Amino acid sequence: MVESVTADHTVLLMFIIVGAIFVPLTLTASHLLAPSKHDERKLDTYECGSEPIGPPWVQFRVGYYVYALLFVVFDIETVFLYPWAVAFDRMVVFVLAEMIVFIAILAGGLAYAWKEGALRWR
Amino acid sequence: MSSTVDGIVFLALAFATIGGAVMMLATRNVVHAAFWLLEVMLATAGLYMLLSAEFLALVQVLVYAGSVAVLILFTIMLTLRRREDAIRDFEPGWGAGILAVLFGGALLFAVERFSAQMRPGVMPEVVPDVAAFGEKLFTSWAVPFEIASLVLLVALVGAVWWSGGDGQ
Repeated sequence: MVESVTADHTVLLMFIIVGAIFVPLTLTASHLLAPSKHDERKLDTYECGSEPIGPPWVQFRVGYYVYALLFVVFDIETVFLYPWAVAFDRMVVFVLAEMIVFIAILAGGLAYAWKEGALRWR
Repeated sequence: MSSTVDGIVFLALAFATIGGAVMMLATRNVVHAAFWLLEVMLATAGLYMLLSAEFLALVQVLVYAGSVAVLILFTIMLTLRRREDAIRDFEPGWGAGILAVLFGGALLFAVERFSAQMRPGVMPEVVPDVAAFGEKLFTSWAVPFEIASLVLLVALVGAVWWSGGDGQ
């Protein structure tokens, strides 16, 4: 069996340590190196210039929830893609067909959503 | 040496999990509670990783910390109208306190009484990795895997149908 890299937790630990150093390092570096000019505009919600209208706490339209639900469905599809991709090189062609059927069934659902106009931004 | 490191990591993750859960219950702002829940989910993924359950950790991060947290935040966004709606007053109740004490006492009693009879779990010599899991899933469990896609399809169609399509 190929020795799994992810099973080696030292790699993960190194990654966490490097990440924990990297973030404060870059923030401190930009704090020290960048010129600091304070400006009222820079404290705006959108620095690009759009002025926010009204309070940020508003009730969002329920239509957004469909996108969240679609995201959940395809997220779970991704979960199944992971073990498939990792084990791919030691399996038969049948498994490829299996995954194609799996994706095709979900693509059918996506086509239905498209046809019903659930993906249209309103 | 390795077990010491494991112990330290376990303590940190256990503290993060339980502390996050306590903070989730203690905070009065429902949005903060959602983010504390997210922290608990990620710490739990770390605990799975510590048990070498890589796939479970992956599912925990992708599905729970990814989509379930998004769903919870969306629900909050959809239901709250003002900032004041998100904040709940602190209202301690005697009933809840008594219930918590009783439940905690029962739990402590059960642990004290029955812990000697239960043997601690033993980790297998070789822990199956994601590749071995995938091999098993796509050969022995091919039919349930395809049924899972049908279940997801039902969820997808249901979500679209329930939202009323393009609202005509």
